[in-house]
Amino acid sequence: MDEIIELVGFGDKGWGEALLKGTIITMQISCGGFLVGLIIGLVVALAKMNGSASVKRVAKGYTTICRSVPELLLIIMLFYGGSSTINIIGDYLGFGDVDLAGMPVAILVLGLVQGAYASEIFRGAIQSVHFGQVEASYAYGMSRVKTFWRVTLPIMAPSALAGLGNLWVYIIKDSALISVVGTNELLYTAKQAGSSTQEYLIFFGVAALIYYVITLLSSYAFKVLERYLRRWQPTR
Amino acid sequence: MNMLLEYSGLLLDGFWVTLSLLLISFLFGSVFAVFVALARLSKIKIIAYPAFLFSSVIRGTPLLVQIYIYYYGLGALFSHVPEIRSSFLWPYLRDGYWYIAFALIVSTAAYWGELIRGGLLSVPKGETEAARAFGMSATKVLLRVNLPRAIYYLTPTLAGETVLLLKSTALASTIAVVDLLGVANRIRSLTFEVYQPLLLIAIIYLIMTYFIELIFDRIEKSIPVNV
Repeated sequence: MDEIIELVGFGDKGWGEALLKGTIITMQISCGGFLVGLIIGLVVALAKMNGSASVKRVAKGYTTICRSVPELLLIIMLFYGGSSTINIIGDYLGFGDVDLAGMPVAILVLGLVQGAYASEIFRGAIQSVHFGQVEASYAYGMSRVKTFWRVTLPIMAPSALAGLGNLWVYIIKDSALISVVGTNELLYTAKQAGSSTQEYLIFFGVAALIYYVITLLSSYAFKVLERYLRRWQPTR
Repeated sequence: MNMLLEYSGLLLDGFWVTLSLLLISFLFGSVFAVFVALARLSKIKIIAYPAFLFSSVIRGTPLLVQIYIYYYGLGALFSHVPEIRSSFLWPYLRDGYWYIAFALIVSTAAYWGELIRGGLLSVPKGETEAARAFGMSATKVLLRVNLPRAIYYLTPTLAGETVLLLKSTALASTIAVVDLLGVANRIRSLTFEVYQPLLLIAIIYLIMTYFIELIFDRIEKSIPVNV
């Protein structure tokens, strides 16, 4: 037991510091990807509802592809293709070769996949708002912006939040896939630690524990937030 | 197009690996999922709590970490035990395929167990009571009334979950199993082409998804509406 504590601790021989750094990078990738996903999701949801026929088709095609092609394949494809594209743009703008070290690409890829799922959540949530309520607020003389903030958003928020909470947990778990292309997030660090000490079970176990704690805490936080946003609804 | 012909043998092998992983984990996973659901619903705490913990841990950690734990963690432990090395199981325990199959079955059992639990809870109480009043045993009620009802109710969800399962099988390539994605990686290293093999495989996954949705659509249509 002492041995294990020394290996994962913060001492000279310990991997604690590296694992902590990996955890932070995992959180950065997840937060970034989640934000990118929210923005893409909102835009695509609006495109699906209000766009012309061809815009709708593009939006639908994007959702279908991102939901049926494995994330790992998209990550490999966009990582090798995407980083060379960004390097070309960087060259063109005179930055020279930008060393991406994977992180922005990782955020972009995870955001793209999340966007597909998020767009469906937003669409469902927006459509769940009864049109009569929007009409009523117009009749009271509210502007479109005010109607969105005071009527549409509060009504759609609880149902959207439940879906978004699930998405957040998904992206934390999906961020582990980024380790395959060599970004030093939590799982990659654990794998390195495992291969240099030959104690795979310990380090992957610790990584699993960290992921588990993160997902548990976040589901709890989302539950509390959802209860807060549902406070205007009659209790069942 | 040339690539398709040149590597058709390799592609076909990869396709079978992906398909067999999907079928194995679907079959065994859904059977175990029923047990997980029943255990979760059990009134006996010693049964319900471990089931809850199992599904919470499996659903709260990345599948890739679980695969690494089985493959690198347990796999390394197995190789240190001479009894295992000399047993008939060793050829299986050395092959990444069985680790990924195991990981997929366990994860399917946890995710679908939770779904089936929800489905079982949504069965109207009156139907269970009516079945009991006809003199059916508890097992018979479950097999003839509750479970079919839950599965009917869940069919649209299960279509999406099966597509997610298909996507998960691609993780096989991370532990050197040559599934579809593994084939793409191999062609990539042989030809130095990045996009072509990956795009080709992506299209195959799209087609497989289409068929999964088609099959579930058929099943959904065959379900009697007025049950």
